[in-house]
Amino acid sequence: MSKRRVVITGMGMLSPVGNDVSTSWNAVCAGRSGIGQIDRFDASEYGTRIGGAVKDLDIEPWLSSKEARKLDAFIHYGLIAAQQAVDDSGLEQFDKLDKERVGIAIGSGIGGLEYIEKNIIQMEKAGPRKVSPFFVPASVINMISGNAAIRFGYKGPNIAIVTACTTGTHNIGYAARTIAYGDADVMLAGGAEMATTRSGVAAFSSARALSTRNDEPEKASRPWDKERDGFVLSDGAGVLVLEELEHAKARGATIYGEVVGFGMSDDAHHITAPPAGGDGAARSMANALRDAGLKPEEVDYINAHGTSTLVGDVAEVAAVKAVFGGHAQKLAMSSTKSMTGHLLGAAGAVEAIFSVLALRDGILPPTINLDNPDEGCDLDFVANQSRKSDVRVALSNSFGFGGTNGTLIFRRYEG
Amino acid sequence: MSTVEERVKKIVCEQLGVKESEVQNTSSFVEDLGADSLDTVELVMALEEEFETEIPDEEAEKLGSVQDAIDYIVAHT
Repeated sequence: MSKRRVVITGMGMLSPVGNDVSTSWNAVCAGRSGIGQIDRFDASEYGTRIGGAVKDLDIEPWLSSKEARKLDAFIHYGLIAAQQAVDDSGLEQFDKLDKERVGIAIGSGIGGLEYIEKNIIQMEKAGPRKVSPFFVPASVINMISGNAAIRFGYKGPNIAIVTACTTGTHNIGYAARTIAYGDADVMLAGGAEMATTRSGVAAFSSARALSTRNDEPEKASRPWDKERDGFVLSDGAGVLVLEELEHAKARGATIYGEVVGFGMSDDAHHITAPPAGGDGAARSMANALRDAGLKPEEVDYINAHGTSTLVGDVAEVAAVKAVFGGHAQKLAMSSTKSMTGHLLGAAGAVEAIFSVLALRDGILPPTINLDNPDEGCDLDFVANQSRKSDVRVALSNSFGFGGTNGTLIFRRYEG
Repeated sequence: MSTVEERVKKIVCEQLGVKESEVQNTSSFVEDLGADSLDTVELVMALEEEFETEIPDEEAEKLGSVQDAIDYIVAHT
């Protein structure tokens, strides 16, 4: 059976650098950081007091107050990004759309942490009768997919893959396969996160994973730089409309790019840290190249996982060198997390969108705050300034707790 | 000080996301105001908090309309 081709026909995003795709993309191309002081709760006693929040979001046009009250913020973000993507795709204007052939795969790394906190505190204070009946449906991870199905009437496959920071990438890869295999013609795919809560920031702080550069938030996320000291926890969502090529062509959809490869692997090494040589990451990239039927030399740009952690950044560079050999010195690799921070389960989706836009516009977004590259970090990281480049193939990496790795490969759509 | 009726209606509006003008004393939470079974549970929790009372589950199940809620609160607080 030959694989059906899958293209991207709609995109939606909320991020620390913008409340839609074009604002966010313009910000990262301009090298603008979205990191600032945490103001969602009083973080004065925290070692880390900075994060990447979604700012000035007016929920009212997207969700009724009744709907919003029954859903955690990560679901708000996911649904808004999904609505943006659907609006962008023009699917709702296509009157022959068979909604039984449209599915959804939108996950989250952590889920409704804020709603969980609120209800546990309420239960401690006032007893079990005061736990909201919406506690579970407002906070479990598959409820972006569930609520989006109700909102749009999409009755196809409905799932939410949960793989920590690889969530967004895995959902997109799985959704593309669902279409390629023939189980659906259109899929909404991506991830959402809102974990900058009291317990979320406390937990990642305890794990010594976060940057403590509290006085210079915009400089805190600095992948591959000598002075990096951990990642910056961020919120947001990314959702893509994936569509079978002939289906997209038949309705005259705008095609942003093509999903050509998906690879997965696991480190089988440690719950939070990668092995020094990045062996799992390398196998994930190699698997994606094999799936795409591409040679390593054909990849022009890598949107790195690049979170700004000491061990992770170096391991990814080692993995790229292992997979690409001499070509590693020719391709460009940047980390948009230097500007957005780390959106955990939404990261892969937001970065898939940036990768696709790099192909569409022929622009490589930069890695900002890269003043002194660390030892062994000697690739072309598109340091500090975006630049024009005729990119045909882009690869996007995500690696998560549990040693789980995912890689997507996108190609510019040329018919 | 608002009357019980006003306070009940205000909570109904907040909880069910409806406008004040849509809420009549005879309005049924489910039939007229679009509540589902989970909404009615949370509505009762909000009434308990507002009127600092506890409404037993078997009583709560009988509160089908705005007037039912007003009558219960008047009789029990």
